[in-house]
Amino acid sequence: MKIRGRKVKVSRIVVYAILIATAVTMLVPFVWMLSASLKLSKDVFSFPVEWFPAQPVWHNYVDIWTKVPLALFIWNTSKLTIIVTVLQLLTSSFAAYAFAKLDFKYKNALFLGYIATIAMPWQVYMVPQFILMREFHLNNTHLALICLQAFTAFGVFLMRQFYQSIPDELCEAARIDGMNEYQIWWKIMLPLSKPALSTLTIFTFVTTWNDFLGPMIYLTKTELKTIQIGLRMFIAQYSAEYGLIMAASVVTLIPVLIVFLALQRFFVEGIASSGLKG
Amino acid sequence: MAVIAPVRKPRPTTAARRRLRNNVVAYSFIAPNFIGFAVFTLGPILFAFALAFMDWDGSNEMTFAGLRNFWRLFSDDVFQTALWNTLVYTAVTVPLTLVCSLLLAVLLNQKVFGRNFFRTVMFFPYVASLVAVAVVWNMIFNPAMGPFNMLLVAFGLDPAHLPGWSADKNWAMVTVILFSVWKNMGYYMVIYLAGLQGVNPELYEAAGIDGANAWDKFRHVTIPQLSATTFFVSIMLTIQCFKVFDQIYMLTQGGPGTSTLVLVYHIYNEAFISWDLGYASMVALVLFLLVLIVTVIQFRGQRDA
Repeated sequence: MKIRGRKVKVSRIVVYAILIATAVTMLVPFVWMLSASLKLSKDVFSFPVEWFPAQPVWHNYVDIWTKVPLALFIWNTSKLTIIVTVLQLLTSSFAAYAFAKLDFKYKNALFLGYIATIAMPWQVYMVPQFILMREFHLNNTHLALICLQAFTAFGVFLMRQFYQSIPDELCEAARIDGMNEYQIWWKIMLPLSKPALSTLTIFTFVTTWNDFLGPMIYLTKTELKTIQIGLRMFIAQYSAEYGLIMAASVVTLIPVLIVFLALQRFFVEGIASSGLKG
Repeated sequence: MAVIAPVRKPRPTTAARRRLRNNVVAYSFIAPNFIGFAVFTLGPILFAFALAFMDWDGSNEMTFAGLRNFWRLFSDDVFQTALWNTLVYTAVTVPLTLVCSLLLAVLLNQKVFGRNFFRTVMFFPYVASLVAVAVVWNMIFNPAMGPFNMLLVAFGLDPAHLPGWSADKNWAMVTVILFSVWKNMGYYMVIYLAGLQGVNPELYEAAGIDGANAWDKFRHVTIPQLSATTFFVSIMLTIQCFKVFDQIYMLTQGGPGTSTLVLVYHIYNEAFISWDLGYASMVALVLFLLVLIVTVIQFRGQRDA
């Protein structure tokens, strides 16, 4: 028994060792970023690494706002991200309700249209899409990026998978009670689909906030640029100002961190219930 | 009779009307998303296939090129390098990410202290902004003064033979692959965690009664039970690898030389730098075919398994 008891303990130690080592690998770049953001550029690469700068250079966090229009970039990105996320949630859950709970002509054909493109990388059709947007005079507008990201097959698919797991009897009962389909969607389906909605919110928010290639292709005017492009511009212009680059990087991470921490408790549940696991 | 007849007659009309109304209601649900989807996704996809057989610089008149763009693939060294690099990147990144994420998911599916903390930490690099983490990554792996190489020196490595990471053409691909695994494995871990929730715990109990140890259970219960998840993960990962661009743009700009140039990089250059839209679409068609082939193969394998 004793040997057995010890064996279990050894395996536990191995498990924790792996977990801690991996967690450290995951976190070290962020800790380093945070610590470097509080240093003078000449001290960033001093070795051994001074994880807690003795004299933190808080001034980095003041200077970044004046070097490039960072606040404007953050405003542009926030605007885009919020509009895209709201549109994505509304239109996907709306369409998914019909695909999951209603019968209508060409239902399967239309759904196949979504499924067929779900595995299609955007990069395959980004060129014709750019031409289309240009025909609509949408290049160098935020509307182009909204149109590009708000209507995805992924969103409809995710929500539909979730709605299918909700019993039809619930809708039937509501219909007998005299609710119309819009009321059922709004009063019954939406409140029940929090996990799926949270999952979709995280994905859409993160994808839009972090998108790089889209804004790079569509936005050439500085006043329209997003935070990712802006940060890239910052890095190109002040390539030796390591402390400032790190401070700006920290700032771009904060909104994603907030959304992620606020919604992450729904996340595993959301993926499990939405059939995303395949 | 006279009473029944008028009732019987309108019945089909009411049914037809109700069906029509149902259709209208259903379409009103779908329309907001589908119209946007059809205009901005379906349309461009169809256009992309046509454009691959055209010559167009985006401003002058479009002309039919037949198979000229297709034959050009065979004489385009840059395309062939890009294709090869994409395949190498995919062939290494997919299994590496898959194994790491599965291992983490299995460990974090047990009762361990601080489980939620670990899950959150593992997932965080996936949501973190690529530009920000790529710049940190390049600073940490800076060949001359980055802390990682300094650490290697401290461990006694010869300072003259340190890896050059993203600045060295022999190491650039390794750097990009390590970065990808680091950034994405948390996401696939979450998908595996979701898959593990569907595994019946009684299977483990039964295996335990039969005298199976932890490895046996992993090998003969977990892996077969997760085959659907693995199927999904491997397809998603492969597609994600085939379309890699952002992280390469930020870590290496496709270099040094052409050592990390990948297909999407080539599409981007041909389309938005050279404005050779027909040829760029032909390369995009190759990307599409790659994705299609992998999906079909994996789908077959899944069905036979």
